[in-house]
Amino acid sequence: MSRVTVYRILAVAIPIALVELACRVGWMGRMTLPPPSEMALGLYAILKSGRMAGAILETLRNVLVALGGSVVVGVAAGALIHAIAPVRRVLEPLFSTYYAVPIYGFYPLFIVMFGLGDKPEILIGFMLAVVAVITATLNGLDGVPKVLLKTARVLRLGPLRAAWTVTLPYAAADLFTGVKLAVAYSFIGVIGAEFIMSQSGLGYEIRYAYDNLDNAVMYPLILLVLVVAVAVNMTLDAWDRALRARRGAGQGARR
Amino acid sequence: MSLLKLPGVSAAVLVLVLLLVWQTTFVICGPMAIASPAATFAYLAGHWQDLGTHVWATGQAFLVALAIAVVGGLVIGLLTGLGATAAETAEPLLLAANSIPKIALYPVVLLLFGIGLPAKIAFGAIHGIIPVAIFTMNACRAAPPVLLKTATVLRLSPMDRMRSVLLPSALPGVLTGVRLGFSLTLIGTILGEMFGSQSGLGYLLMTSIGLQNTDIIMAVTVLLIAFAASVSTALLSWERRLRRMR
Repeated sequence: MSRVTVYRILAVAIPIALVELACRVGWMGRMTLPPPSEMALGLYAILKSGRMAGAILETLRNVLVALGGSVVVGVAAGALIHAIAPVRRVLEPLFSTYYAVPIYGFYPLFIVMFGLGDKPEILIGFMLAVVAVITATLNGLDGVPKVLLKTARVLRLGPLRAAWTVTLPYAAADLFTGVKLAVAYSFIGVIGAEFIMSQSGLGYEIRYAYDNLDNAVMYPLILLVLVVAVAVNMTLDAWDRALRARRGAGQGARR
Repeated sequence: MSLLKLPGVSAAVLVLVLLLVWQTTFVICGPMAIASPAATFAYLAGHWQDLGTHVWATGQAFLVALAIAVVGGLVIGLLTGLGATAAETAEPLLLAANSIPKIALYPVVLLLFGIGLPAKIAFGAIHGIIPVAIFTMNACRAAPPVLLKTATVLRLSPMDRMRSVLLPSALPGVLTGVRLGFSLTLIGTILGEMFGSQSGLGYLLMTSIGLQNTDIIMAVTVLLIAFAASVSTALLSWERRLRRMR
């Protein structure tokens, strides 16, 4: 194990141990924060009993729909916007200020438009994620060297084959960064929407447990959300690094 | 088309397009779903005093939260940006922390701070602090090695090294982080007000959702977008000017 890995583990383990200690000694009230070990045991019990399986699956499904939609729409829109310069010039300020806009502000509107249910939640996740994908697509397409595009033309590749064999592989690293952000944003959007107002899903269950002061359910579920978000992010991050390292190795020859 | 190259013109076109989309949505979905632009601006003009008290409540919490997020993020970013090992240790942890749906932590914040101003501030600050830290750290690491070597040759103390070399060189990157941190802190503060709060724009949004008062919902949304977009644009142009100066 490398030194950095040890440091990372310590950086996570020491604060958790301190919280555990603070709870066990009684500096932290049991109603405020139960010890982390109890949260973990509670989570194990809840997962084993299967009573949250429906909520968990529903949330995951909505996240996946939001993610899939944002990637497909984002890449297509990004490619289109990249191709039409005036459209890009008009939309650029929108993209650069987009994440300053509280998207949750539109949630009530979506509820009125689509009714309470999956649709407004998915739409919030989609709206949070799609612009990250568009921006990443624009970045990726900007980075494709002109010489490669010219080569594609010399080889008389059609637009689709050029996209498949030249543009897409070259832009893959940037696109992946966009997808990675989209995963985080879909999670944040769907769970946030469920928490604010909904009738089911993981965010709703946390809210419901909170409203009923049911710490034995609430804290394990919060822990579950944290663990899933962190695990997914770290996995994607590792892939991202590998992808970039591979492209970086050949970079000198291309420029 | 050359007209579009002027920044003011493209922004005006964008605002017009957005207004058009808004009006179209209103025509299709009707006043039960969304207030028309005209009704929203009429509401804003007629009720700016009522809105003012909520803006003030949100503004106070937001400013304190932003100060905590920026100062805290700078400290974390500068400390972890000082050395390669510290940065390598911290980066994946910070990135992972950034991907957490912070709204899930809301009950914890409420239980720790109770209902009221401190909870709003804490919730705003936990949204904003991590992007500031990540961008500051990366900007420090990207500092040109020749500057760092000069600092070593001049035998600067760690404090001087941070103040007169690292921070100025990292400033544009720090500004990117502050810009993102600004918007996230605003969102966090508003979200914090949506539950367990008796005042502020988030509280107003939440109560209007319950009453299906689309005038207020759109008025608050427009206010927030206008404020966030103008501050964010100003920060962006400052950042670009700094980058050009190099």
